[in-house]
Amino acid sequence: MAWKIFLFLLLAFVSIAGIAFPIVPVPTKWYEFPFIPGLKENAKIIFFHVPTAWLSVVAFFMSTIYSFKYLRKKNLDDDAKSYAAAQLGIIFCILATITGAVWAKFAWGSFWSWDPRQTSIFALLLIYGAWFALRSSIESDEKRATLSSVYAIIAFLTVPFFVFIMPRIMKGLHPGSADDTNSGPVIDFKMNANMELIFFLSLIGFTILYFWMWNIGYKSIIYRDKINKKYRG
Amino acid sequence: MHTKAYALYLKDFRSEIRTRYAVNSLAMFVIVATSVILFSIGNETITQSLTAGLFWVVIFFSAMSGLSRAFVSEEERGTSLTLQLIAAPSTIFSGKLLFNIVLVFCMNIVITLLYSALFDGFAIKNLALFIAAFFFGNAGLAIASTIIAAIISKAGAKGTLYPVLSFPILLPLILTSVQLTLMSFEGASFIDAKFELAIIICYDVIMLTASYLLFDFVWKD
Repeated sequence: MAWKIFLFLLLAFVSIAGIAFPIVPVPTKWYEFPFIPGLKENAKIIFFHVPTAWLSVVAFFMSTIYSFKYLRKKNLDDDAKSYAAAQLGIIFCILATITGAVWAKFAWGSFWSWDPRQTSIFALLLIYGAWFALRSSIESDEKRATLSSVYAIIAFLTVPFFVFIMPRIMKGLHPGSADDTNSGPVIDFKMNANMELIFFLSLIGFTILYFWMWNIGYKSIIYRDKINKKYRG
Repeated sequence: MHTKAYALYLKDFRSEIRTRYAVNSLAMFVIVATSVILFSIGNETITQSLTAGLFWVVIFFSAMSGLSRAFVSEEERGTSLTLQLIAAPSTIFSGKLLFNIVLVFCMNIVITLLYSALFDGFAIKNLALFIAAFFFGNAGLAIASTIIAAIISKAGAKGTLYPVLSFPILLPLILTSVQLTLMSFEGASFIDAKFELAIIICYDVIMLTASYLLFDFVWKD
């Protein structure tokens, strides 16, 4: 129970700090963020947009890991875990798309401009949309688990192309693109120590939140399947 | 293993020659799609980047209309169990892949000839680069669509699901191939295109390895 209160406090602190702390040209006090050229006031989205994008990749990665596990052990619980992870992954992916589009409206002037990053997140949405379509088309549990595991693994192999390769070698507007001179590569931020601290606290907080949601998600799927089997025969 | 895979390819090839189902539907699809594009363009002159994109649009949808036959026909005729008894899964995949590769190459040579005859923008300046892009692009297209066809043949819904499942998998390949085709129009050298070529070759190798590893699970009931 204690960790739930801790998580609540952590996320509350991150939300308040991320929204309320001011951005100043030369930060002197502990709660002031530095001014990053090219990002300006919009830089604050980093505390909410980056964790959602990060979690969607983590969730899809876990979905693939449990697909592997299913193919090795043929245990339907692993399929439920993979399914729950992918469900959360697509939720976070939609959140990342929407927060990114809102940010793009103010930073680039339009909600959608087919920047390499936007193309790749759109492809992620398509992959997992197709994955859910495949799952819903198969009746038998074992067959659905096997075929969707195979598709999840093949689909995840294309994710590095979208998330890590294309946005970095193609020219684009998103921070971290090949021709970005203002805010540099994604990892090498011009953040100061307290901005980095809040950024990583936010990442940690959202990751714990994700694991909690995933735990509830896969357990509810496993229980639902058990109840269905009990009443069917 | 090689002889068995080749025998399987010959079997598919002979039955294709007898019925001409895939070839006929593919040829008609290519003609219909190209003429729709030509009608919608009318007298406008279109840019080279648009031509490169339209080229791969026709290739993608033609592949989607014909390549699922390899496995779906076995399921429809009820012959997949016999195949499981005769040969190992990897052999069957090799045979089917060989058939699809031949089909994709024939189809795309026809599409390329049609495009170079009908579109002014389709002027290749660096032929070697175009052939490299064409070769690796088609190989990747055949590999990815063969494994997806295997998944589709085992799943219930066959027709509509195939392009839906294939498109996201093929997207990195198609985007890079469009880039490479455009570069060959602009007369770029191999050194300019080294990133794109590296991506497309990586994609082919990754997909080939993953398909062979995962086909066992799809094929065995």
